[in-house]
Amino acid sequence: MTDKRFVITDQPISIEGVVAEVVDPNAGAINTFIGTVRELTKGKKTLYLEYSAYASMAEKKLVQIGEEITQKWPDAITAITHRTGRLGISDVAVVIAVSTPHRADSYAASRYAIERIKEIVPIWKKENWEDGESWIGHHKETTAYPTGKPEGLKHD
Amino acid sequence: MIKIMLFAGIAEKLKQQQIVVDQQDITIHELRLWLTQQYPVIAGDVERAMIAVNEEFADDQTVLKTDDEIAIIPPVSGG
Repeated sequence: MTDKRFVITDQPISIEGVVAEVVDPNAGAINTFIGTVRELTKGKKTLYLEYSAYASMAEKKLVQIGEEITQKWPDAITAITHRTGRLGISDVAVVIAVSTPHRADSYAASRYAIERIKEIVPIWKKENWEDGESWIGHHKETTAYPTGKPEGLKHD
Repeated sequence: MIKIMLFAGIAEKLKQQQIVVDQQDITIHELRLWLTQQYPVIAGDVERAMIAVNEEFADDQTVLKTDDEIAIIPPVSGG
């Protein structure tokens, strides 16, 4: 497992660079997810976002997500890069690439990765709206860990 | 003495990125109580947050040592 496959960066993300990390002769599919900054949320207009991270732990948790994917889909190869700092509308915040021998697994594993990012990776988003600012934090819309640890929230 | 790393809204409220606690061998549960007493402004945040020890989420019974890397992890919102 190379360092380049699971990265937190304060620089713009190269989508092709993330995809290149999962190219494999056994793959019949590469699924790419690109998370971008949305302007309108429930009618509120975002001017820009600021992402901050506990970078060393966040990279470890991205590696963990890759390992979880390999347990579920043994032939999958995963790469994830998440950006931090100030991002404008339509900027790329996260890129996930998963290659698998067959396409269905690449879709499923990619979806699994983004949901797990929203549960266990210590990255925080601050919304800067027209009329104020707020740190966002819901752990997937929950406000507490019912089982004590976010690891307990795995879902298939 | 243990050092606690702060992030996001908690760091912003306290205008600092680290808290030094003049205690050791306390549990995370005891740390939560101490933080709530010392910094009432973040009491609600501490209640909702996870505590990470050496870059892993830890439960409230975990005992904190001087050399541990400890962080308060508010609800995450990446992606």
